[in-house]
Amino acid sequence: MPPGIEVTDGRVVLSGDLLIGDVADLSRDLQDAQSVDIEQVGRMDTAGAWFILDLAAQIGGPDASAPISGASDVQTLLLDTVRENMPGADAAPDAWPSLTDRIEMIGRKAHDAWRSTVEIIGFLGQIVAALAGLVIHPRRLRLTSLVHHMQEVGWNAVPIVALMAFLIGIVLAFQGSSQLRQFGAEVFVVDLIAISILRELGILLTAIIIAGRSGSAFTAAIGSMKMREEVDAMRTLGLDPVQILVVPRVLALIFTLPFLGLIADISGLVGGALMSWIELGVSPGVFQARLVADVNIWQFAVGIIKAPFFALIIGVIGCYEGLKVGGNAESLGRLTSTSVVVSIFLVIVADAMFSVFFALVGV
Amino acid sequence: MTETEQAEKPIIRVRGLVKRFGTHVVHDGVDLDVRRGEIIGIVGGSGTGKSVLLHQIVGLLKPDAGQIEVFGQSVRDTSDEEYRDLRRRWGVMFQDGALFSSLTVRQNVEVPMKEQLDLPDDLRKTLAGIKVRMVGLPDSAQGTYPSDLSGGMRKRAGFARAISLDPEIVFLDEPTAGLDPIGAAAFDTLIGRLQAALGLTVFMVTHDLDSLHAICDRIAVLAEKKVLAVGTMAEMLEVDHPWVREYFHGPRARAALATTDTTDKDEMR
Repeated sequence: MPPGIEVTDGRVVLSGDLLIGDVADLSRDLQDAQSVDIEQVGRMDTAGAWFILDLAAQIGGPDASAPISGASDVQTLLLDTVRENMPGADAAPDAWPSLTDRIEMIGRKAHDAWRSTVEIIGFLGQIVAALAGLVIHPRRLRLTSLVHHMQEVGWNAVPIVALMAFLIGIVLAFQGSSQLRQFGAEVFVVDLIAISILRELGILLTAIIIAGRSGSAFTAAIGSMKMREEVDAMRTLGLDPVQILVVPRVLALIFTLPFLGLIADISGLVGGALMSWIELGVSPGVFQARLVADVNIWQFAVGIIKAPFFALIIGVIGCYEGLKVGGNAESLGRLTSTSVVVSIFLVIVADAMFSVFFALVGV
Repeated sequence: MTETEQAEKPIIRVRGLVKRFGTHVVHDGVDLDVRRGEIIGIVGGSGTGKSVLLHQIVGLLKPDAGQIEVFGQSVRDTSDEEYRDLRRRWGVMFQDGALFSSLTVRQNVEVPMKEQLDLPDDLRKTLAGIKVRMVGLPDSAQGTYPSDLSGGMRKRAGFARAISLDPEIVFLDEPTAGLDPIGAAAFDTLIGRLQAALGLTVFMVTHDLDSLHAICDRIAVLAEKKVLAVGTMAEMLEVDHPWVREYFHGPRARAALATTDTTDKDEMR
């Protein structure tokens, strides 16, 4: 039955069902009523009870609410329950941050960034200490775990890394040839492909893919262990989480990333050679000859030397963010994406620093 | 249909329910009636499928065979539209509250209102505020996030969300598990009081013998893949089945019975 509200003889007479979907639409034009009569009210829920009480308060003024008559036993019980739980006037509104709050927020962010930098360096120290411990007690190394992670981050990543590098080789050859053709210097496409892939792109893009693939997996795995208190359980059992969770992961990355880089280099060159052949008619034989003649072995070494450092960055950031996960699922998601963003960013920063370094030493 | 007829018809009716996970049979012919306005407690050993039964009734799991009717309507073959209407008439509280971690407590309670109804913001906030207070949470808890609450408070907040729309049935999955005895007793009282005030039917999966004694009108025992016995506490004590005897006559049960016998059940309400 639809709800009704009318005023007769100074009484507000409510009728029908007072349910949550209806109360917002009822008119509140009460003239000078003195009391509320709910005898004809059918079904009533919490919202209906609130409406009646609110109405009575509106009629009676701030101090005394108007009398309510005609309530059945059940309705009285509900009215009493809601009356006891009416929100106080101090129910806090949702606060918007003021200007000072915002400035404070910037300060906090800067401070947090500084602190997490210090923490990461500390964490790196812990890992180095754990590695040093391994040198003294090699039996402490979790070999099964190490092999498992090497398969996970290394072997299983081979297809995606090879495909990615192959396509990059094709793109470089294609774009390079259309530019170099203008000068009639098509054959230099070999140098272009070889130097850019061996020196920079092969290892950099591999590191980026591994950061997205394995760095996030590290954070998620360690983070969910942290959430389920597995990490705390390890500590109480006298096991060092860094030794057990972090070291095998970081070592697995350090061991496998150079190989992944090598695979990326090879398939990038294959892709480049294929496209040069199709697009420019540079036969594989010529490609190989120019490659051997023009490209110094250092071009290759520069790329591969960087690999373990990138691996260290990805592993440390992935594990560090994982150990930072708190009690709720939201922080797991947030830190997983932070881990990927930060590790890719730091890999690129490190790459830039390596470029400067190699330029200075002249290779 | 007259009022009395409606009262007699079970609000939840489960017939011949079969549920398997792979080769593992959880339910094999579960029959259960829940009457309107009662508090029914479901007990059973670990792994007997209490929560699975609850999940099937609210439509989160599909049974392999059998019928489940809620409000006289089959849960299995409903259109999305009908299922939507059904969901509005029941509330579910999960074991750890299952609050949305990105929302504050009050926003959590507002979610069903936002989803189902078109209410003005002020009214919705006020009503959600009432519900949060009803379950005994302080006003200061309204703006906090679930991760900052204790286990007991999370359960309360989950209960507030379950009763957000004044549902006819509330499903509670282990409402007192993991609470300290005082908190558990307070939660029992709360369930009893709100059940009376809001005219709820409460379907409660529980292990807590004190809750069973204190607030449950009837108890259903799940064992051997079916409902072994349904009845009041007094009837349960008479059942002659090894597991049921062990459960209701074990040392913990005797202790619970001894303490709650002195307090009148109606007094709790």
